[in-house]
Amino acid sequence: MKIRAQIGMVLNLDKCIGCHTCSVTCKNVWTSRSGVEYAWFNNVESKPGVGYPNNWENQDKWKGGWERTKNDELKPKIGGKLKVLSKLFANPDLPEIDDYYEPFTYEYDRLQKAPEVKTPPTARAHSAITGEKMEKPKTGPNWEEILGGEFDKRSKDYNFKEIEKDIYGQFEHTFMMYLPRLCEHCLNPTCVASCPSGAIYKREEDGIVLIDQDKCRGWRMCVSGCPYKKIYFNWESGKSEKCTFCYPRIEAGDPTVCSETCVGRIRYLGVLLYDADKIADAASVEDEEDLYQSQLNIFLDPNDLAMIKQAKKDGVPDSWLEAAKRSPVYKMAMDWKVAFPLHPEYRTLPMVWYIPPLSPIQGAAEQTGVIPDVNDLRIPVKYLANMLTAGQEQPVVHALERMLAMRSFMRSKTVEGIADMDILNNVGLDEATLDDMYQIMAIANYEDRYVIPTNHREYAGKTPFDNEIAFENRSACGFSFGNGCSGGDSKPSLFEPVKFANTMNGKPVDRTKKQTPKG
Amino acid sequence: MGEYLNQFFFGLYPYIALMVFLVGSLFRYDRDQYTWKADSSQLLRSKGMRVGSNLFHVGIILLFFGHLVGLLTPEPVYHIFMSAGTKQLMAMVAGGIFGTICFIGMTILVRRRLFDPRIRATSKSSDIAILLILYVQLILGLLTIPFSAQHMDGSSMVALANWAQYIVTFRSGAADFVLHEAWIFKLHLFLGLTIFLIFPFTRLVHVFSVPVKYLTRKGYQIVRSRGA
Repeated sequence: MKIRAQIGMVLNLDKCIGCHTCSVTCKNVWTSRSGVEYAWFNNVESKPGVGYPNNWENQDKWKGGWERTKNDELKPKIGGKLKVLSKLFANPDLPEIDDYYEPFTYEYDRLQKAPEVKTPPTARAHSAITGEKMEKPKTGPNWEEILGGEFDKRSKDYNFKEIEKDIYGQFEHTFMMYLPRLCEHCLNPTCVASCPSGAIYKREEDGIVLIDQDKCRGWRMCVSGCPYKKIYFNWESGKSEKCTFCYPRIEAGDPTVCSETCVGRIRYLGVLLYDADKIADAASVEDEEDLYQSQLNIFLDPNDLAMIKQAKKDGVPDSWLEAAKRSPVYKMAMDWKVAFPLHPEYRTLPMVWYIPPLSPIQGAAEQTGVIPDVNDLRIPVKYLANMLTAGQEQPVVHALERMLAMRSFMRSKTVEGIADMDILNNVGLDEATLDDMYQIMAIANYEDRYVIPTNHREYAGKTPFDNEIAFENRSACGFSFGNGCSGGDSKPSLFEPVKFANTMNGKPVDRTKKQTPKG
Repeated sequence: MGEYLNQFFFGLYPYIALMVFLVGSLFRYDRDQYTWKADSSQLLRSKGMRVGSNLFHVGIILLFFGHLVGLLTPEPVYHIFMSAGTKQLMAMVAGGIFGTICFIGMTILVRRRLFDPRIRATSKSSDIAILLILYVQLILGLLTIPFSAQHMDGSSMVALANWAQYIVTFRSGAADFVLHEAWIFKLHLFLGLTIFLIFPFTRLVHVFSVPVKYLTRKGYQIVRSRGA
């Protein structure tokens, strides 16, 4: 047994309003540079739809994630180590930028500086790659916003697997939901496994998966390995980049930028303890439908005294063990069983989990019971199950019933003043648990959503005082581009220095001029 | 004058080039690893990459090792198996085949680099320069084949191999071996040395990073602990 801790995330899709604040704040902080204009470490997709990059969930096409070999072991779907190396010269499974979108900006200047003309001046789209005019943008990070585009295209959505989908193209039966996506910081990440340079690693202390920018050689296998397509190749720097889980903030006990700025209060951050020795077995169970349960099995009860003893032995700090007891993520995933991993069938054991959304009840007039039947919800349960439990419907039904029960119970309690215990008994909840659920899921106070222990850098050595790391890092910069604390501003160098331009200044890129980055 | 220049280009210049190659590469690796990368442009345009890049890389790797073994194997060693004439024929045939493979691949890549608007716009000047230099060097190399065919006794080849062996073993008089060789060999040598010279300042440094360690990695996952 080897106990490790990880900061996990839960997104309550029932409350997501699709405002994209998470995506925009993330972009402003992390990807406002040339080379990654097309990259959204966090993006929000309207579902059903093929998403961004194009059809990312179709692993027959992109070969992301793991596959089980004949002798019950796992190997990356893009191939074992030799096969990965044989693809170095030209990676056949790499998306092209057009599968994301050709990044563009508009010629805003023209609106103000155009001479007097008969027709109002227009701001044409310009490619951020070539600087040339584009006829029109053809796709984008959320091209299908609120069911944009024809159903025929959107219905290529992989989650329609085993569903008679044609009916959902009809106006009366149409449905939609939002899916905000970021790096899953998996327990069994395929990006790490497929990196030939060994530049990608999982941090032992908090489970955050990072790319060592100095060690990355740009072999771009991780882009293919990741089934969520959440690793982006920076074409300016020639290195891969990904969501950092805002680790400088997490280390200080602050939530990630996407969580902090979420206006719908849908995001939760908390500690999960797990047995690292069980990862391989959990990820390689035979039946895909068992993967959700097998991942639950490796999480450990933070109140179990024997476990706490072992965790201390394995170096988990006390403050983390305390935080684990109050973890909203543990409660939602393990206690209440309302949160689920995204596409467990990729066998990566993802650590960003989702609460499935409720949706309007169809045929409300015929409703008889206290709680509506979840099969009458507009979003088909099978669709959610394909997304969250590899197709197994029962756990999703169970979660949706609990959420409907919470609404009914609280409504009768606050409106009619009656605590209807029948409702709770039906879904196997007691009143104390329901109050806790209501407090955390519905009220969602800041301190209930984010239970993040600070990072104990001082524990890097045996004692706080024999550890050089803590002192070295004192007053140092957090994230940089390998050139000290200069934050992307490159000093003159003989060795092809990487020059990032600010691509969010509203000016088209001029590739004919040498760009001078501004600090 | 001719002898003076010959002494400079084939006696001294090799050491200048190799020195810059070694120290420059070490320095870049030590000081500026963020710039150390393969610098693939496949993301921006994958068309032509599968054929072009694969043929180019396979061809150039085989050519490199062909040159390495061919130039640096001492005469007594290969004489156990074959005469110099046989070896020259082998070199011409193998070089011709690998060279043609590489040429096809490189032609695709050069075309892509120069005429694809996305690739052109995002190329550094060093990207274009190094590709064209390699292209010219490859063409020069292929052009040496008809020159070699004029004397099939292997004498030119032996002279060039002696030159290379004298250079790497720090013996004087290396330049004298090539003094009377055909201009095309000299040009090919000079450009080859120049590639060593500019190596540290281009994307070529990625050849040092062939990820062979990946094959010996235990399992697949990497976890870094605090302080590591």
